[in-house]
Amino acid sequence: MLLERLDIDPEAFRAGTGWEIKPEGACKGEVCVPLPGGFGVTTTADRLGMALVHDEAHGIWALGPESLGGRALATAQAPDLVLPDLDGNLFHLSSLRGQKVVIAAWAPY
Amino acid sequence: MTVSLELSDPDASRPFIDAASPEHPSLLDPTHQLDALFGVVNIPNVIWIDEDGVIVRPAEPGWPAVLSTPPESLRRMMAERAKAQAERAAADPTAPKPPNLAALLGGGQDRTTYADAIRDWARNGAASTYALTPDQVIAASQPRGLDQSRAAAHFELANHFWRAGEREAAFRHFDECHRLQPHNWTYKRQAWSLVGNERVGGELGRFTQSPLPGEEADWPFASTFEADLAALEPGQYYPKTL
Repeated sequence: MLLERLDIDPEAFRAGTGWEIKPEGACKGEVCVPLPGGFGVTTTADRLGMALVHDEAHGIWALGPESLGGRALATAQAPDLVLPDLDGNLFHLSSLRGQKVVIAAWAPY
Repeated sequence: MTVSLELSDPDASRPFIDAASPEHPSLLDPTHQLDALFGVVNIPNVIWIDEDGVIVRPAEPGWPAVLSTPPESLRRMMAERAKAQAERAAADPTAPKPPNLAALLGGGQDRTTYADAIRDWARNGAASTYALTPDQVIAASQPRGLDQSRAAAHFELANHFWRAGEREAAFRHFDECHRLQPHNWTYKRQAWSLVGNERVGGELGRFTQSPLPGEEADWPFASTFEADLAALEPGQYYPKTL
């Protein structure tokens, strides 16, 4: 996620990363990572193995995805993917719950 | 569902979606969320998710049963490039040997049987030999350490700056992204195709992912599709997972 400042609140962090801040720590699916010092972007990112890259010239940061356990997936629970169609209508992957889903990624290149 | 990994406006993906007139959800992913959230690293990549929202196969190369033929214009462009390279190689024996694109792109995952594996899972669910357990899914997902997380962050910055028209900043972050995760081909092909499309345009623009002959010095990236592909062994571009 892109950040113009580092003092964001837990809700903004959840919206940008999918990790929810709960009393037991930062959680996604059934995985929870304790946050001994409480929530803060830099400390939480560090606990989750997220890279925080700063473009000083433009005053902007980007927070990379978690890298727990050395794998792209920290859990097999599918994240809540929300993407637009050609007309800009948002579609929630979770709306297909109850059906098998095959996601095919392609590109016009 | 299908998801287009393209940061340009929807019109870049529209002709392909219109031509397929899909009955399934056909979505756009301009920031490559599939890479960050699912570990997608190339196209085509396929992910299977069961009725409970649990991933049963992580992102891997996969194709439909009936393989599409590239458009005539694309086949002609590839043939012309191969011919020009062969001529250059004949004129200058010290020039680097052109890659065997067919072998590099065609090796690895079996294209003709992938759809049968999906059908097997559709019939048999968790009992299918192709359905993995959650632990197997996590273990089979792409490797990711801090470097790969950092690559995703640089990609997001590059994407942001490209859209804002800040080209030099975009190129710098694309290069850093590519250096940190060299086997993420959506990050690379996305970047190369933006410049290829500017230079060539039309139907073939986005398929142009290396500098045209004579424009090598003017290429804004440290990498090109042809050079990076040439550095691979057959089977590494679309690794076999089935």
